[in-house]
Amino acid sequence: MTGEGKGLDSVSIALAGSGGAGVMTAGNMLLEAAAQAGYYGLMTRSSGPQIRGGEAAAMLRVATTPCDSVDDRYQVLVAIDWGNVARFAAELPLDAASLIVGDPAHGEPPEVFLKSGARHAPVTLKDIAKKITGGWPNMVALGLLGGIIGLPYAALRAAVERSLKKGGGALAASLAAVQAGAAEAARIGSSYALAPAPARTARWLITGNQAAGYGAIRGGVRFVAAYPITPATELLEWMAPSLERVGGTLVQAEDELASINMILGASYGGVPSLTATSGPGLSLMIEALGLGVAAEIPIVVVDVMRTGPSTGIATKTEQADLNLAMYGMHGDAPHLVLAPNSVADCLRTTQWATHLAETLQVPAIVLSDQFFGQARAVLERPETVAFAGERLRAAPNAADYKRYALTESGVSPMAIPGTAGITYTADGLEHAERGTPSSLASDHLAQLEKRARKLASIDYGEDWADLEGEGELAVITWGSCTGAVREAFSRARSDGITGRLLSLRLLSPAQPEKLRRALAGVTRALVIEQSFGGQFLRYLRGEYDLDCELTSFRKPGPLPARPDEIHRRILDWSRA
Amino acid sequence: MNAPAPAAGLKPQLFKSDVKPVWCPGCGDYTVLSSVTKALAALEVRPENVAVVSGIGCSSRIPAYTTCYGFHGVHGRALAAATGLKVARPDLTVLAMGGDGDGYSIGGNHFLHACRRNVDLTYIVMDNRVYGMTKGQPSPTTEPDWDSKLAPHGTGLREFHPLVIALASGANFIARATSSDPNGTADLIAQAVRHPGFSFVEVLSPCVTFRPEQRNWKEMVHPAPVAPTDDAARAARRLMTDDGFNIGVLYAGHRKPYRPEMGRPAAEVAELETEFIL
Repeated sequence: MTGEGKGLDSVSIALAGSGGAGVMTAGNMLLEAAAQAGYYGLMTRSSGPQIRGGEAAAMLRVATTPCDSVDDRYQVLVAIDWGNVARFAAELPLDAASLIVGDPAHGEPPEVFLKSGARHAPVTLKDIAKKITGGWPNMVALGLLGGIIGLPYAALRAAVERSLKKGGGALAASLAAVQAGAAEAARIGSSYALAPAPARTARWLITGNQAAGYGAIRGGVRFVAAYPITPATELLEWMAPSLERVGGTLVQAEDELASINMILGASYGGVPSLTATSGPGLSLMIEALGLGVAAEIPIVVVDVMRTGPSTGIATKTEQADLNLAMYGMHGDAPHLVLAPNSVADCLRTTQWATHLAETLQVPAIVLSDQFFGQARAVLERPETVAFAGERLRAAPNAADYKRYALTESGVSPMAIPGTAGITYTADGLEHAERGTPSSLASDHLAQLEKRARKLASIDYGEDWADLEGEGELAVITWGSCTGAVREAFSRARSDGITGRLLSLRLLSPAQPEKLRRALAGVTRALVIEQSFGGQFLRYLRGEYDLDCELTSFRKPGPLPARPDEIHRRILDWSRA
Repeated sequence: MNAPAPAAGLKPQLFKSDVKPVWCPGCGDYTVLSSVTKALAALEVRPENVAVVSGIGCSSRIPAYTTCYGFHGVHGRALAAATGLKVARPDLTVLAMGGDGDGYSIGGNHFLHACRRNVDLTYIVMDNRVYGMTKGQPSPTTEPDWDSKLAPHGTGLREFHPLVIALASGANFIARATSSDPNGTADLIAQAVRHPGFSFVEVLSPCVTFRPEQRNWKEMVHPAPVAPTDDAARAARRLMTDDGFNIGVLYAGHRKPYRPEMGRPAAEVAELETEFIL
């Protein structure tokens, strides 16, 4: 990790304090400054349950290469005050090589942090800020952190200027505070400076929620119905003005039952449609998702998963909605389930899900999570992908039109309201080919086969999963665990372990033949996921005939997966 | 998308499909179906430019009995689906239809918010004060002392007053109709469709199987004795004090419909990227 003498390739820092201390503002500016300086980065956030106030922490990893995972430890923790920051102890692991900076005006750092053996360097953030008219401690902390990790002042200044566009006194005061903070960093004498930044490339600064929203718009979504829920709200809030610009609209619904039914109505009208929610909302939407399956109406539901069951921990991540997304619907209801495996992939996978839903006239559930959704990342500009496929529309006055015709592929041309001569009723009742209600066993079987057949009718290509490496050992994972697993696996390779890393993106329909090929020759596989009950393990056992030995490594949320524990588990497992 | 040009000279029969209704002989819903087809012909709108959206229940079977585009969704959510459709496709004439259980019980929340949102669509409720499809349970509009297997001594609950609720929630047009007057109901439906915003037509439509006493409704209904008002306070007083059998337009307001812009892009999709570019 440390290049001898040339600085760190990755540094993780946390900025904490009471609500109103401006922790998130300073964290965002720091991430932006790092990006300005040419580094990659990932910022996650944590806050207490209070609506306003309470405590908050901005957690950043800044690195010379793109980061898809948090690191094992924080090298630096800066607290503007200690308020209830101790509550984040489990989320802010430190060790003896870490540095804690606290303001003596707010007392000693909590024991839970000091016991790590980290060095404590007091800095009078508040007093320094007070000496500057209009100065704030968070801006002093920004300068301090920038100095500690070796960001040039110009980058910090650019980030502050971009944020305080109005300029004037506030800008001057902030810049003075940043400079004062940077001077303190020099005084402390830190050894956490980054290695020189890599060559400039085209990059984006984006959250997973924004990426998913943009992917949906790229995929053609123009109608969104929204009911607010943490941590999906920002996706919907990003889409509201963005849709307006591209000729679409967002309607705020009265509840999730309304939002899912609104998008079914809009998509029935021919407009590709989406909603975003989290576990409790997805639970409410399940009945109508079944209607989408039966009536063959394409829709996309992004589930930004949070800790469950029930209200759970609304602001924290977990991968435990897999069972609901896969198996929640009554009846035999084949549908799409996809999962992005990085912040950047939130864009690509949501776009792909939209295309697949439209092509196959079926609901798609995209399983993102709080980690992705609320993380802001500096990443390589995602390539512009044009996925093939769109909705098959029926022509006006088609002779003997049958909405649910038993075609070879299972996909039948969809009549869009306004088209003459081919009206029909979309129905959740079992129906005959024309769409007329039918309780005949023969119609039920034919339509069940049709709906199953269409999902098997296309080749999902290489996007179904990401496969890296070779060997007789394999690590299988999905979603937001993938970044940490990849990092852990790369360390294991340095330890001489060879094996494959498989991260599944297309969860439904399962791809047994592709998986068989991907795992050909594998004797043992380690299944890694973030759920208490092993939902992904059971999914693999249920959907695939795996002839290798499966071992499960799973932890529930709310803490994000970290590479070190996975690395240790891989070592133990591979040597067992 | 622009609204389609008027289509004159259409016959009500054009709007009637060949699917045989599941309704019992004598059900009021037959005449409501007939009123809808008459109204659509009078409105000079072609079947392909009309969508009939429903939930679950006897009356919710109606979309397939028309030659319009139909959407027979899940229980209680007709108004949500109709809202999404109308917002996405403002060129269509959208009718949401269903019964009292579907609309006032399981769909009650959507009823409030559809009135409040005031999207330009028409909601026709065939109220027979009973769950017919599940064979005779009390609905929100059932009288408190009506005996049934599920509520052997009656529910003891005060009836829901859909018209008052609609007014309080912001519906822009409120009418009561009766299935015993197919032409009158057709006229009220046509007026409701023409009126901008959310229009609500409550049709007294007897269930002859589980509420045979409702056959007497045809003797009890009478035209509303006064002209429609746009004064919500006056309308509220009338609705609160009438006998429940007043037929006619009872309120017609002037609220601006909710009609977000669709289909007029100001930017290319790729322009959205600029906020992410470093």
